[in-house]
Amino acid sequence: MAVWLLRRIGQIIPTLLILSVLIFALQQLMPGDPALILAGEERGDPQVLAQIRAELFLDRPLPEQYVRWLWRALQGDLGFSWRIREPVAVLILQKLPVTLQLGGMAFVIACCIGVPLGVLSAVYKGRWPDVLVNAVALAGISTPNFWLGIMLILLVSVNLGWLPPSGYVPLFEDPWQSLKTTIMPAFVLGNAISAVLMRHTRAAMLNALSQDYVRTARAKGLGERVVVLKHALRNALVPVVTLGAIELGRLLAGAVLTEQIFTIPGFGKLIVDAVFNRDYPVVQGVVMVVAVITVLLALLADVIYLLVNPRLRHA
Amino acid sequence: MSTPVLELDSLSVGFATDRGLVRAVEAVSFRVAPGEMLAVVGESGCGKSVTALAVMGLLPGSAQVGGRILFDGRDAREAQRGRDLAMVFQEPMTSLNPAFTAGEQVAEALRKHRGLAPRAAFDAAVEMLSRAHIPDAARRARQYPHQLSGGMRQRVMIAMALACRPRLLLCDEPTTALDVTVQAQIMALLDELRRETGTAVVLITHDLGVVADRADQVAVMYAGRVVEAAPAAQLFATPQHPYTVGLLGAAPRLVGGGGRLASIEGTVPDPLNLPPGCRFAPRCPFAVARCNEAPPLAEVSPGHSAACWRAPLDQVLAA
Ligand SMILES: Nc1ncnc2c1ncn2[C@@H]1O[C@H](COP(=O)(O)OP(=O)(O)OP(=O)(O)O)[C@@H](O)[C@H]1O
Ligand code: SF4
Ligand SMILES: [Mg+2]
Repeated sequence: MAVWLLRRIGQIIPTLLILSVLIFALQQLMPGDPALILAGEERGDPQVLAQIRAELFLDRPLPEQYVRWLWRALQGDLGFSWRIREPVAVLILQKLPVTLQLGGMAFVIACCIGVPLGVLSAVYKGRWPDVLVNAVALAGISTPNFWLGIMLILLVSVNLGWLPPSGYVPLFEDPWQSLKTTIMPAFVLGNAISAVLMRHTRAAMLNALSQDYVRTARAKGLGERVVVLKHALRNALVPVVTLGAIELGRLLAGAVLTEQIFTIPGFGKLIVDAVFNRDYPVVQGVVMVVAVITVLLALLADVIYLLVNPRLRHA
Repeated sequence: MSTPVLELDSLSVGFATDRGLVRAVEAVSFRVAPGEMLAVVGESGCGKSVTALAVMGLLPGSAQVGGRILFDGRDAREAQRGRDLAMVFQEPMTSLNPAFTAGEQVAEALRKHRGLAPRAAFDAAVEMLSRAHIPDAARRARQYPHQLSGGMRQRVMIAMALACRPRLLLCDEPTTALDVTVQAQIMALLDELRRETGTAVVLITHDLGVVADRADQVAVMYAGRVVEAAPAAQLFATPQHPYTVGLLGAAPRLVGGGGRLASIEGTVPDPLNLPPGCRFAPRCPFAVARCNEAPPLAEVSPGHSAACWRAPLDQVLAA
């Protein structure tokens, strides 16, 4: 198992390298000369431009720029934001916890909704609870995040006044207030994923419930609750958990829009601002961090899959 | 005679399918006395598993069940699965849950029906596994099904089924999926544990050879019906139904060393399109005009009944 883990980690490194080259290359294709942006008022002065280029190594060949960038990135130095004049790493470390909190809550909400509903609809396959749950899931998948977000703000915040419509309070400053500011965006973010999880769970449960070992469990005289929630669900969770971890990666992408709607100062806002300002180091840094997180989540998914599946654990 | 552990009184099971009603089992009646072994024999698809699942109350929701199933003289639905009656299935490879260890799965029944604490239940499970002749039972109990061979898994299934000392054990072709040598071991194990625990056994098989020296009673099924029922010795000595005669010809001869392996001409009828009278008629070498009517299961000699217009066959065969 340890060998497997090492090998799996070994596989990640080339993936990340290719990703970094891609990110770097895309950067070069973006329109607009960063030196011009940085020069500001003095953009007419060729000497100033040349100096800026030299400072940022923009006058060096691309491979060299890449290697320099990568080497520093490996040491945690993602460069300076050209706009805010702050280290990119600092900006990211400020925003990352916000988005992780949001994503984590969204995932918990998605699991709490998706898995029980999936079990319910599998157990009542073809009967009204199944039909109802599927209709709800379809509605959930087809509701755009921004629309759901705006509707929730209108209903819960504007009309009912239960929750603040926007803003963010850090978790460690005031946990209760923090929860109040993030629960709505987390729900919006988790909504689509919960529908996906529900369908996965339903399919996996239907499969598990048709297996011989479920009949054995019934033959032992176990109650239907134990048969479903222990014998069938335990096996059904194996694929669901793996798919769930991959969905978690997709959550990060969804966070961009949701954070805009609820004006939450997370990763999404950071990257949107950076793209509009052509703040390349920030864009690069954010995309790289997101890529690393996604790859790590895939690894986590594999590890969990291994842990919950005894057949593989002993292989 | 004491109350039978199991009594089927004209059990019928139908399945409503897209293609019509499948009458899997029709008017099946038999009794199993305490501690006795009844063998239910018949070709694939004749309704053996459906009968057993009906007794266990494990048929799918699409099944329409008629007739009565009595356990110890009372409605079998009142009996507690796993404690009063238990079942060993046809497919040892898939009948254990891959997510739990063998020991846990045996212990689960003990916790449920004997109210044992987890540790005590696990110890009792290990004990039960070693009684099922699983070598190194304490270690095996901590292994998952995929780490066990087919024969080993079937031993676990048997240990699980007998853990709570049920009054009745249904064994649905417990050895079909196993190697020949393992088959013999599993049969010997069943015999041994049955004698130890006094459990009555319904042994389902398509192999008459397996039941010859083990079963007390034999019921032969064909296309959802019992066509012949008799004490084992009598059935083997003087089969009264043409189908049984054919089966005996088809079973590998254990005695005489003839090694003759005859088979019955024709195929099992389509359950959606059963012949109107005797269901064996299309394949029966003795069929006469009257066979267009269904023959009732009638006694030909004390304790020996057959569903054939021409039974007793003695004269027919002699002719
Ligand atoms: N759930 C079901 N729905 C429809 N038909 C079924 C169902 N279960 C069994 N049958 C039908 O009932 C008949 C009897 O099946 P059964 O499984 O009892 O046969 P069997 O005697 O156990 O055969 P085998 O030796 O192959 O196990 C078959 O024709 C089968 O197709
Ligand atoms: S009733 Fe007729 S067809 Fe049926 S088994 Fe007897 S002789 Fe053959
Ligand atoms: Mg069967």
